[in-house]
Amino acid sequence: MGTKTLRPTIPCFLFGCADLCDRARVPFTTRASKKSLRSMKGLCLTLEPATVMEADVHKMSVPLENGSLAPVDRLRSERSDSPTPGLVEGTEPGAGQDSAMFVHAQSFEDLTAEGEQGQEQEEVQEEEEGESERAPEFGELGDSEETQEPEGKEEQEQEERENEKEEEDQSGSGRAKEEDVNSEAWRRHRKHVFVLSEAGKPIYSRYGTEEALSSTMGVMMALVSFVEAEKNIIRSIHADGYKVVFLRKSPLVLVGVSRCRQSERELTRELLYIYYQIISLLTLTQLNHIFQHKQNYDLRRLLAGSEHLTDNLLRLLDRDPGLLLSAVTCLPLASSSRDVISSSLQAAKAKSLVFSILLAGSRLVTLVRKKDQFLHHMDLHLLFNLVGSSSSFREGEGWTPICLPKFNMAGFFHAHISYLEPASELCLILVSTDREDFFNLSDCKRRFLERLRRRSSYQALQEAVQAPSYPVSQVGIPELRHFVYKSKSSGLYTSPEIPVPYKCEEEEERLMDLYQYLHSRMHHPTRPLRSIYHCAEKENLLAYVTSGFELYLCFSPLGTKALAVSAVNKLLKWIRKEEDRLFILNPQTY
Amino acid sequence: MSEVRVRGRAETGLKFHGETRALRVKMVLLGSSGVGKSSLALRFSKDEFKASAPTVGCAYLTQVVCLHDATLRFEIWDTAGQEKYHSVTPLYYRGAHAALVVYDITKRESFIRAQLWLKELEKQYIPGETEVVLVGNKMDLPDDREVSLQEGRSLAERGGLLFMETSAKSGEQMNELLLTIGSNPEHKIRIMQLLERNRV
Repeated sequence: MGTKTLRPTIPCFLFGCADLCDRARVPFTTRASKKSLRSMKGLCLTLEPATVMEADVHKMSVPLENGSLAPVDRLRSERSDSPTPGLVEGTEPGAGQDSAMFVHAQSFEDLTAEGEQGQEQEEVQEEEEGESERAPEFGELGDSEETQEPEGKEEQEQEERENEKEEEDQSGSGRAKEEDVNSEAWRRHRKHVFVLSEAGKPIYSRYGTEEALSSTMGVMMALVSFVEAEKNIIRSIHADGYKVVFLRKSPLVLVGVSRCRQSERELTRELLYIYYQIISLLTLTQLNHIFQHKQNYDLRRLLAGSEHLTDNLLRLLDRDPGLLLSAVTCLPLASSSRDVISSSLQAAKAKSLVFSILLAGSRLVTLVRKKDQFLHHMDLHLLFNLVGSSSSFREGEGWTPICLPKFNMAGFFHAHISYLEPASELCLILVSTDREDFFNLSDCKRRFLERLRRRSSYQALQEAVQAPSYPVSQVGIPELRHFVYKSKSSGLYTSPEIPVPYKCEEEEERLMDLYQYLHSRMHHPTRPLRSIYHCAEKENLLAYVTSGFELYLCFSPLGTKALAVSAVNKLLKWIRKEEDRLFILNPQTY
Repeated sequence: MSEVRVRGRAETGLKFHGETRALRVKMVLLGSSGVGKSSLALRFSKDEFKASAPTVGCAYLTQVVCLHDATLRFEIWDTAGQEKYHSVTPLYYRGAHAALVVYDITKRESFIRAQLWLKELEKQYIPGETEVVLVGNKMDLPDDREVSLQEGRSLAERGGLLFMETSAKSGEQMNELLLTIGSNPEHKIRIMQLLERNRV
């Protein structure tokens, strides 16, 4: 821990004494917010409080002069208006009040994963624990970095991207399955993913048909077995600008081939997602059972009709910051409306119900869970993916078995999935333990909807769904184009709508690519960073990670470093002001 | 076709003031992947056609139909054809009043699988309780036909089932399908008796 406070890091200087004070746990004086006061008095008073609070620490005990009869946990706790970057986890803007909705811990399966693989898992999981804890020995060098992208490199990439775009256009929409695997076009895809059985049988390929790739996959399996024969494990091959990453998850082998700048670890994490996607359809128990009985079983038979789920998940991995950050974004909504929706959902419960999740597209509206049961963000992403890639829930009520691998790899839950209205984006997922309970859950939905329709919140909710997300200009920071902010303790992130320069698909993907690159650098397994300032060709970026939050900012090329640094405090202040709307601060249980 | 009118709930409510409750008919659609079960269900419930992605698990739809003097509330279980969901499908056809085993007339394999479905179904239903209809879908693609009308018909005859070829895409024969389920003289009486017993 000594290194944590003593290590002279550039961000300390950058962000001033507030950071230092906080890191050294010295009380730091701030003004109490008007908002917190409002919640205390239940009135719109505009008093200037002269209280001295310890910076950004929740006061869980409500002062006597509170005067409100509302239960303690229903009050927005006192929060500082000017959050400092050196926040402790759990007090950053967006942090939940009592308990988080998501699990951060590793699942049992990750803890018991054997040998080397287990270690790698830990590394992946540790992302959430905050990097400062694992400060490397050579931390004295300073763990902040500035990079300048070599000129030309991006241009070249750009060109490649455009080429690929053209190809995609040519191949038309949907799955580009009939691609010739010997063609140059096939080779040029940015990221390939292959799944095979331990017998070397193809199970999935992102591009091209599995049949055409059976010999390639045979070679992959040969590589894996060859290294394993020497009591070793193959992790990756780096050659010719390509990274080939192997993930061995018996009875499956997953291989990723990429020419992106993402690190090997990030690619492994993406492969893990694909693995969990397959598990979510079959459970690990069933998968093991199949391969124990017949080693050369063709798993494609069982996965038939679900390829589009994997395809879509891969697209999400390329585009959705949530999957990158292990977080979920919320629909911006007034907290009073959200509370009404949550309590309506809470009231419509059934015995077998474990989670009730209301989605607006890929944004979370609210989540109610059984006490002591937590949902892992990966499981939630798999549910998002299931809903987002299937049209069948639109026509009627869906009822499907689904395994939530981070919850339990061995068994199925049964999910009741339906849209609140036929043309609406609002989708309700009720996760139950009982496969016969369809009508009970159908009734839960009916009750929820009835209750909701009687309230004005339903109108507010529908308006919020229709309205675009917030533009970055609301924050009021010049030259700021876009940002992604994740509160680590709540596992939620917020991000403004994609601004004009990145509106088209390829530019959006390029921006995501940059974030992914920064993320890779920040979470480097042996040399993690706390901040990085990166000048790309068309923008300047700053990434900043503390134990409480993770922040990625994108500025126009006119933005300077000083501006970027000063923007952090300003942005945190803004998020604090808006956190009621942007985050779910008091998650509910049944 | 005047006998069968597919109407929205509100309309039927007006028409049958006397009838406060509709008779419940549980109907399940079975068959291999991609034969058009969801499309049939959609045509049945909304009289629409949309190309759809494979069904995940099972979809539950309801539709109120006026048949002569009775209001029938069809509860349709549209199951996924994929093999991985088969372990759970018996839940849906248990106690069904009507089971539609669907195959694609342009794919012989789906016809073979339909025969397996029929065998499976035989184990589950008590004769007389479930009306089984063999449905050859995609009759709008006669050029790609792999299963002849006669083959389908004789399979149905052998098993004592009802038979119909339809097109969910064009909507052809859809009303006939409903009629077949509902008003085949002797079956209709059986269904009506059945429904009478199930009156809620």
